[in-house]
Parts: sequence; structure tokens; C-alpha cells
Amino acid sequence: MANKILKKSDSFYAVYDRKPGEDKMNTHYCPGCGHGNIHKYVAEAIDELGIQDRTIIVSPVGCSVFIYYYFDLGNIQVAHGRAPAVATALKRAHPHAIVISYQGDGDLAAIGGNNIIQAANRGEQITVVFVNNAIYGMTGGQVAPTTLVGMKSSTTPRGRAIENEGYPMKVSELIAALTAPVYVERTALWDTSSRNKAKRSIKKALKAQMEGKGFTFCEIMSPCPSGWKLTPAQSLEWMKENMGAYYKVGVLRDEIKTREPIIKEKKTVTSKEIQEVLGTDIKPSEHYPTNPEDRYKNPSMKFAGFGGQGVLSLGTMLANAAMEQGFNSSWIPSYGPEMRGGTAYCFVNISDKEIGSPTVSNPDLLVAFNRPSLEKFEGDVKPGGIIMYDSTIIDVQPTRDDVEILAVPATGIAESLGNIRCANTVMAGVYLAKTKIMAKEALIQTLPKAIKKKHLIDLNIHALEKGFEFIENN
Amino acid sequence: MAKEFIKGNEAVVKGAILAGCQSFYGYPITPASEIAEAAAKFFPSVGRVFLQAESEIAAIQMTYGAAAAGERTMTASSSPGVSLKQEGISYAASSELPVVLVDIMRAGPGLGSIAPEQSDYNQIVKGGGHGNYKLIVLAPNSAQEMCNLTMLAFELADKYRAVACVLADGYIGQMMEPVEYPEPVEMKIDKSSWALHATKETRKNLINSIYLEPAELEAHNQNLQNKFAEIEKNEIRFDEYRTDDAEYIGVAYGIMSRIMRSVVDTAREKGIKLGLVRPISLFPFPKAKLRSYRENIKGYFVTELSNGQMVDDVRLAVGELKPVRLYTRMGGYVPSIEEVFEGFEKAFIK
Repeated sequence: MANKILKKSDSFYAVYDRKPGEDKMNTHYCPGCGHGNIHKYVAEAIDELGIQDRTIIVSPVGCSVFIYYYFDLGNIQVAHGRAPAVATALKRAHPHAIVISYQGDGDLAAIGGNNIIQAANRGEQITVVFVNNAIYGMTGGQVAPTTLVGMKSSTTPRGRAIENEGYPMKVSELIAALTAPVYVERTALWDTSSRNKAKRSIKKALKAQMEGKGFTFCEIMSPCPSGWKLTPAQSLEWMKENMGAYYKVGVLRDEIKTREPIIKEKKTVTSKEIQEVLGTDIKPSEHYPTNPEDRYKNPSMKFAGFGGQGVLSLGTMLANAAMEQGFNSSWIPSYGPEMRGGTAYCFVNISDKEIGSPTVSNPDLLVAFNRPSLEKFEGDVKPGGIIMYDSTIIDVQPTRDDVEILAVPATGIAESLGNIRCANTVMAGVYLAKTKIMAKEALIQTLPKAIKKKHLIDLNIHALEKGFEFIENN
Repeated sequence: MAKEFIKGNEAVVKGAILAGCQSFYGYPITPASEIAEAAAKFFPSVGRVFLQAESEIAAIQMTYGAAAAGERTMTASSSPGVSLKQEGISYAASSELPVVLVDIMRAGPGLGSIAPEQSDYNQIVKGGGHGNYKLIVLAPNSAQEMCNLTMLAFELADKYRAVACVLADGYIGQMMEPVEYPEPVEMKIDKSSWALHATKETRKNLINSIYLEPAELEAHNQNLQNKFAEIEKNEIRFDEYRTDDAEYIGVAYGIMSRIMRSVVDTAREKGIKLGLVRPISLFPFPKAKLRSYRENIKGYFVTELSNGQMVDDVRLAVGELKPVRLYTRMGGYVPSIEEVFEGFEKAFIK
């Protein structure tokens, strides 16, 4: 026992070399500040649990921003309020690590309010040491969410008023209201007995973290004589009488014994497995060369209709097949302001050259599945281009006489096959049969990639064949 | 090697995993959400971390933690979300943490719209957050580059211990194109001299960005500036199209560079010698390359989807010897080839 009292904890540096100035032996804290005690309890708990090498402590913004001067641990200093978010990622990167988020009440309860609640709610396997002194200490004693009603601070010179600042926030009660946290306790530093409880609480939380039990939260009421404008001795009395009356000490949640541990381990995955999961090791496709007329080569296309008519997937189907046949291709859906007007459309480019703009003002091909699309885009088609429209649905005819026009009863044909949703594939068949820019087999090869529901693939092969028949018979 | 027909946003995620990215922390926002969705699908399947954070702010802070832990890590968002991330980006830049950020730009200011713009140029290329720092900024213009430049971003972020950003617009994110994938990268970088591995060896390490002594903070800033100077020396990337005999040099990145490529072809058909320089790295910016044309051309034609942000860098690079003229659209409007060509004619021909 005597030995222990004389020895500085191993988890502190013997000399505080990171601290600027001459004095490398004492901390930067004011006389009577509670951080010194709490640092000591944290360090001793780490020593006793034998976890120094694997502990990472997160410094907040506040008076404890410099805890890396003192703790001989993995140290990281973070932005105001964000310690729980940073701690989350540290722990997920290193599940074997013991991660401590050490925060004050301005940092944790005000600017970082959402971060602490969300980390607690996810049940992050970290330990939060929450130092509550009812004030912003570092910045010179401003009001915090935890400041008591009537208490004066530099930004509540008349005292905290419930009609302006509301009531002091009981953070531990908030955390304990969540399901995930496994251990929440509020302790205090106002006398020897309460300090012993504070120390036990920290050790208990760290031990629970070692066992993979979940989120642990230790609130410690701590004196700030400078902020409170009291002597250290007066501070302890004031704290017990006033903070103690509002913030009740005690265990708000302890399910450490009953909670099943969640053990997370990093798994290593081979390059081959990665490629399999991502589907990046792609087998070459069969090539089915064709010989289209020059006027049909390198088309830019616009497919338009109502949502649900397969307009977008017709585009990806053709662009995908073209890629497999060695062409460059691009697909872009109607996007942004162009989406207005009830018509979905996409642009597709297929080219044996590099593709510049993926959008086209004057396409070589327009495929229209509804009347508004036909009427809206008919005029854009390049002279000598093609307009294909679904004559089952569209009861008007295009007025252009300088383009090839194909009236295709695509929906009717699809209906005869038992499913109007393959009207788009009928159109694909008609287009390929007409222009010969790709072979039927090229598209059949692509169908499993374009159609997610596997039982519909045969139907779409039939639809494609019907499209080819349409050209052969007309 | 065969290719996959895939959205730019999804190609980012596959590139990230192939580059050895260990964790993804994100928050939903259109038009970047496919990145988070694809990450949610693939990251856990290969033993890596995916977490949807409580906010954009938390997401970037989580990458701060993951990078400090020695991981290759990333987050992705779109313009308003990136505004929120600026605090964390500044911290990561100062703490020299290799974080990869993907920004799929949408139209602003404010909530703006989900349509594409390139108006984050200033907030990404000029630093964006508080303090003296730069990001490495790569600007893809195809789905293939969404994959490749994401992979490069990880490499450069590690090489310089810097934040690297893949800056794309909504069009590049939403567009599908063929992508050929490289082999997965074996991560062999030893970060134990600075990162936190929760081991005896790395216990001495400190990640921080606070320096209270002016001399110390000035030295830290100077070190950062030296690093950015080194990046400017080594990492300039650009692409040229029909510039050999050009009398006019177009300058564009992202989707505008694709449209400009077609505009160059249109101009050439009409006998106008227009060429295109496409900055691939926006920081470092290809200043010397752009300047190299100025004796022999009639002017520079800059196009971007903003109020004219990159054009400032072009003007700084080339000086006043030749006119630098600008065609821009805003509000989510992506101009046609014809509109841009008309803009060019108005600027220089008519």
C-alpha cells in the first residue's frame, strides 16, 4: 500500500516533456481542479488492468485538451465535441484497443451532444469519462448545458435563467434512457468516499470494455474553483450542496454481468475473394461481329417514356451489350431539372471512338414509348435518323419526313407474350434487326446482367426474337 | 481484360476496396448516395467497416479516427454535406492524416438542387476550412477515372499524409460507362512511426493539431507549406486533346471537359483550331502547361458549371498576355455542345 502511494502511475509520463515551459513536473490545471484526481484514477485503473499498451485516449477541447502531456498512452487530440465519433472509428479499426473518450460538459453536452448520444446508442465499445463541472472552464467560465439554475457565469452574468437557458441537462439520465449502454454511473469528487467511488467506476467501465460488453459512461462531478470563483475548499462544499442536490450520484445502468459480449475481430480477405465479391475479375464476352451500314454506325440515342416502361433499362441493356462487343458506350439518365414534365429519358452513346459529351441535342435515334415523349423530342432527331415509337400506346404519327419512322406495336407484342414489361426488349430487337449494329446473340448474352429477375430472362429472349421477326416480316 | 458497365458512383467504391480502403464512414445525400449504398453492400462482405454516421460532421471525424488508427479510410458526400465537413477536413490536414474524400457536386448555394454544378471548386481546391492548407484534388471525367482516381487518391494521401479529394459533379457520378478494374492493391505501408495501432510500439505516438507557441505553430505551418510545394512539383496531371496546332485553348474539367471534347470536334469541322486542356489534378493545377501555349494562341476559353471559380486559377497561371474568356452555367443546367460552341463563337469569333 505504502509503495503504491509513493509511486506515480506507469500510465503517466515520468516527466511531462510535451508540456511547454520550464515546469515539466506539474500539470497545467488550476489549484483545486478535479482533472488531476480523475487523471490519476484513469491512469491507476489502466495500470491495474494491465492495458497501457493497448489503450488510446482521446483528448477533447476544453481544459483537458492537453491530456497528452501526461498520459503515456496512445494519444489523439480532436475537434470540439467530436471525441465519441473519433473514438468510434479508432475502436472499429482496432477492436483489441481500449478506447477512452475523456470529455468535459461543454464539449460533450453542448457542441458534441449528438455525437455522444449516437455513439451511446450504437453501443460503441468505448469508455466515456465525462467530467461535469457545470461550466466551460477553458474559455473562461461560460454557461454550459449543465450550469445550475441561478448560477452566474461570464455569459449568464445575472445567473442561469430557466426562461433563457432552460434547465440543467442531466446527461447520465439521457444516456441511461437508451437501450445500448451497458453501464452508466454518476460519481463525484467532494470527499474521500465519493472519490473512491469515482475511481472504482472508471475501473469497472474499462474492465467491461475489455470484456466486450458495450458502451460505458462515467460521469464525474468535479470542482472548478477558478470558474466558480471559490477557493478549492469552498468548491468541494459548494459542489456537494448544490450540484449534489440536482445531479444525484449513483448507478443509472449496470448490465455488465448479464450482457452478452460482442467480440469483433478483423478478418482478412484474399485478393481473389475481393475480386469475387466485387465482381471485378470479369470474363471476356463472346464477340458477334456485324456489318452495319455506315449511316447506322456510332449512334447517339434517346429513349423516352413514362417511368416503369423500361426506358432506362433499355438504354443500359444496349450500352452494356455494346461494351461487350468492344465499343465505347455511355448511359446517362434524365437528371436534375430535365426530369420535369413526367417523362423519363436517358441518353446512350455507342461508338468505336472515344465518347465526348454523354448528352446529345440531336440524336440519331429516338425511341418513344408515350405520346408526350414523341411530341416533345421528335423535332430533335437528326435528319436521316430514326424515330421508333410504340404504336400500341401512341395514337398519333410523327410529322417528320426527313427521318426513318418505325411504328412498332411493342406493347401489343409484349402483351401477346404475356408481360407488357418486355416491350422495351421488343424495341431493342427491332432496332438491332433494322440497323445491324449488334447481333441478336450479343444482346442475349447481356440479358442476365440487365435483368435482375432471372425467371424473366427467357421471356425477354422471346421478346427480342419477336422484335427481329417484326423487321423480317415488314 | 473485360469491363463492367457501371455508374461512376459505384466505380468509386470498387476502386476504394481495390485500393485497400478499410473503412467507409458516410451520410446520405443526393447525388452521392450510391457511394454510401455500394459501400454498405461491399465493405462488410470483404471484412471492412461501413458505418452510416449521425451527421456529415461525425462522418469526417470518424475518418479522422480511422486514419489516425492507420487505416485507409474514406467518406463521400455532396456539396452541402462537404460544407459541413470542412471543420474535420481542416483538422485532418493539420494532423496530416491520409483521408480520402469524394465530393459529387450539386447545385447551390444553400440547399440548391440535386442537379450538377462545379461550384465547390473554391471550397475544395482552395482549402475550404480554416487555416493554411490544401487538399490534393483529382477531377475524374468518366466512370473509369472514378475508379482509377479514387485508387490514386489513396496512394497520394498516404504518400504525403494529406487529405485527398476526388471532385466530381453529379453527372459524372450518375453516368454509367465501361470500367476495367485493376488488381487489388496489397497495402504494405508501415505507419507505425506515427499512427495509433494500440500497441506498445505505437504508444508513444500523438495525433494532434494544437500548437500554442507561435514559433511552433509557424514551423508546423511551414512544414505543411513545404509539403504542398512538393505536391505541386510532383503530382500535376492533365490531359490534352487536339492542342498541337491549336489557336484557342479550351480549359475544362469533369463533365464540362466531356462536352468540350465534342465542342473541339465541332469547331474543327468548321475549320477553327480549338484544342482542350483538361486539368486532372486541380491542386496541383497545371499552371506551367497552360502558360506554355500563350505565345502561340489567340486566347483561352474556360468553361465550368459555376460562377467562374477555376477561371481564377487559369488567369493566375497565364497572365494577361492573351484573353481568358469564360462560359459558365449555373443552377444545375448542363449545356449542350451547341450552346457551348455558340459561347465560344461569341467569345472569340463574332
